[in-house]
Amino acid sequence: MIGKKAFPYAMITPSMIVFCLFFIYPIGYMIYLSLHDWNFVSPVKDFVGLSNFTSLFSEQEFLEVMRNSLVYTVLTVTLTTGTSLGLAVWLNKQGIVYRFVQGAMFSPHIISLVSISMLWMWLMDPDYGLLNWFLGLFGLPESPWLTDPSTSLLSLVLVAVWKGIGFNALVFIAGLQSIPRDMYEAASLDDATWFRTFWKITLPMLSPTLFFLIIINVISSFQVFETIAIMTQGGPINSTNTLVFYIYEYGFNFFKIGYASAAGVLLLIVVSVMTFFYFRLLSVKVHYR
Amino acid sequence: MKSRLPINIINGAGMIIVVVLFLMPFVWMVSTSFKTLGETMTFPPVWFPDQFLWENFIKAWNSGPFLRYFFNSVVVTFGILVLQFCTIIPAAYAFARYTFKGDRFFFGLTMITLMIPPQLIFLPVYLQMSSWGLLDSLWALILPFASSAFGIFLLRQSFKQVPEELLEAARLDEASEGKIILKIMIPMAKPVLITFALFSFITHWNDYFWPLVMTTSDSARTLPLGISKLREVEGGVAWNILMAGNMILVIPILIVFFFAQRQIIRAFVYTGVK
Repeated sequence: MIGKKAFPYAMITPSMIVFCLFFIYPIGYMIYLSLHDWNFVSPVKDFVGLSNFTSLFSEQEFLEVMRNSLVYTVLTVTLTTGTSLGLAVWLNKQGIVYRFVQGAMFSPHIISLVSISMLWMWLMDPDYGLLNWFLGLFGLPESPWLTDPSTSLLSLVLVAVWKGIGFNALVFIAGLQSIPRDMYEAASLDDATWFRTFWKITLPMLSPTLFFLIIINVISSFQVFETIAIMTQGGPINSTNTLVFYIYEYGFNFFKIGYASAAGVLLLIVVSVMTFFYFRLLSVKVHYR
Repeated sequence: MKSRLPINIINGAGMIIVVVLFLMPFVWMVSTSFKTLGETMTFPPVWFPDQFLWENFIKAWNSGPFLRYFFNSVVVTFGILVLQFCTIIPAAYAFARYTFKGDRFFFGLTMITLMIPPQLIFLPVYLQMSSWGLLDSLWALILPFASSAFGIFLLRQSFKQVPEELLEAARLDEASEGKIILKIMIPMAKPVLITFALFSFITHWNDYFWPLVMTTSDSARTLPLGISKLREVEGGVAWNILMAGNMILVIPILIVFFFAQRQIIRAFVYTGVK
């Protein structure tokens, strides 16, 4: 029999072992590796200090990768959050029709990114794709979509926004439903316009949800991998190469472990900053309730 | 009433557009999966195939060891689920019902883990797995997810809501802690457990990234990886076969979604609200 004092520790031990072994320790190991030069097979890891970082930032390819990641993240987050906020305000109603529309919007979120990627590659096929046919219906010129560096990154943003809107809208709807009804009743007694009500009540009350979604979206956009690996392989001409795909290529194809780890540390910084804001918000929200 | 009518029309038309935008790609996927290769190469596109070519599915299935992929997917998904239940229930119980030295520290550790995406740590974990000789095995796909920070977080909330009197009464009857968990906590938290199970199943069934990184041979590959390799098997791109292959991956999820739409939406929305 386990002693009474040891009992809770015994209960959490399996989980803590998993977390430390596969999440916490690897982060430390990655930081360690980022300060070394190692090709995976050699028995020695040479300590090189920060030189992996300095050479990363002196390389044109990596600067492009960072630029792509930033552009992708900013566009995806703004478009997803903005559109889904609008849709949520509009579709926040009861009834089977609204539930169906919400379900339809949400469906891409639970489909494997493999299928999403392949489906959109097919939709974006320059010769026989549905999207170019659709553009043609409106007399618009065909787009090269993934095959041209000027449109490839935007095409990936489009897929991410399409996939993300439903999830974001439903989180917004959950947020909207937690706003007390009597606040709206008071506003309608004051004859406030719809716009004023939105600006003075809905948006401020929704701001915790809004910030949460922005943080989550930034983290998930910065670590985009699947669509790139399947749809573009970072191309054409490096135009869709982003941070995680870069780490993957340098680690697994070029065996420059230190280099890849250094790029991983940069991702760690982004995730840490976002996580910091996340927990700040979480504590404010808890406090505020 | 009369003045509201145009708004309702705009409203309805808007909703139809939204539904089309989100469901049309899937309709296109289904339609393509039944077409002949020739029908995929017409412009303007054909909406419905002349006849339904079921053999596309057989071709897709036979183009690789799909039985093996399917089996691996099932083992990995359910293996993860069973292990997660064994680890998160006791941990959530301890966090919800006990105060012990370092409890805040350990819960903090859990919350930090919650924020660490697999994309951040795959390289060091790969190196670890390689030094343990676990690469290219199902263990490499299961073990890192043997517990879930999200699951602990979710379950802790609902364990906290169980009234203390219930536990005290059970303890007066000399019920063991194990019995309390099995007979009181788990039944009370059943909806949350189902919600979490759906979330975990969908996440790991769909996962492409982790198996891609951790496996190198067919013996340990899962369905999403097998489907993604379809493209390389065929010489040119045969979109009809590709879409048929993807249907195999998507249909189980859609069936689950059809029967448990509310719970699934709740599960995923919860990851965004917390």
